[in-house]
Amino acid sequence: MDSLTLIAMASIITAGLTMAIGSIGPALGEGRATQQALSAIAQQPDERNSITRTLFVSLAMIESIAIYCFVISMILIFANPFWEHIVSKVG
Amino acid sequence: MEIIGLNQISPDQVMLWQWWFIKINATLVYTWLVMSILVIGSWLVTRRLSMDIQCPRWQTLLEVVVSTIRDQIKEIAHENPGHYLAFIGTLFLFIGLSNLLIIFPGYVAPTSSLTTTTALAICVFIAVPLYGITKHGITNYLKEYFQPTFIFFPFHVMGEFTRTLALAVRLFGNIMSHDKVIAILLAVTPLFFPVVMHALGLLIGLVQAYIFSILAMVYIASATQAHEGK
Repeated sequence: MDSLTLIAMASIITAGLTMAIGSIGPALGEGRATQQALSAIAQQPDERNSITRTLFVSLAMIESIAIYCFVISMILIFANPFWEHIVSKVG
Repeated sequence: MEIIGLNQISPDQVMLWQWWFIKINATLVYTWLVMSILVIGSWLVTRRLSMDIQCPRWQTLLEVVVSTIRDQIKEIAHENPGHYLAFIGTLFLFIGLSNLLIIFPGYVAPTSSLTTTTALAICVFIAVPLYGITKHGITNYLKEYFQPTFIFFPFHVMGEFTRTLALAVRLFGNIMSHDKVIAILLAVTPLFFPVVMHALGLLIGLVQAYIFSILAMVYIASATQAHEGK
């Protein structure tokens, strides 16, 4: 296998693995945060506004981890710097 | 009509017009489009303000928007929202409108480019110390970096930079990922699912605009309220 094939293979496999492994943690975290917020709203419906706002902000914080993984896999597939380097070198 | 291909992850790469060293790309054009819609729209609406009970419907719309933003700021900052309204409101309206316009074909949200979101995050990065210093003075503000001991100074500085990076990449990642999901769905199931995802995209866009401005307000509030417990 030449280096071009190796780079393409490694990039695709790594992109898939990044999304697969990287979304486990945020999914568990978001589920847990939502569960706690829902039970808090059920116990204190008056505080719904403040709980919802805090929930949104913390969900965005948690989700940004998954978004980082997504950006990395997008870069690996669509804008891979190593791939472009090799392609420009080969011609 | 899609002017941005699947293999281009940012509208910066779509070059519309080029002359010598001046390059006009899609991000620039759409940013100016959103800015001009906001400026001309609000100029047209605020040209004839009325205090009657029967006011024009566009004025009612703007009043609802502005008073909602004021309420949200007041809930976080617990003080007069007038100081922060211009900055936070501009962030929310710009990001919100540029995310909502994706329902028009041929439009690419300028927030799906990392340069736009980085510029917005740098605005927050500069605004936080500015608000803190105008509230407490420069020595009191700088003292906050050495709390509780001087060992924490590098962590505070690192925190400033990483949260700016997180702001930029969060907005960029969400909007860009939605663009890509739409493009992939158009290639796979072009009949019905892209419509549903577009509707979801409007929700995601507004939530991201809300989160960006709320987080900016939380950072500013943490810089201005750090001394009030003492």
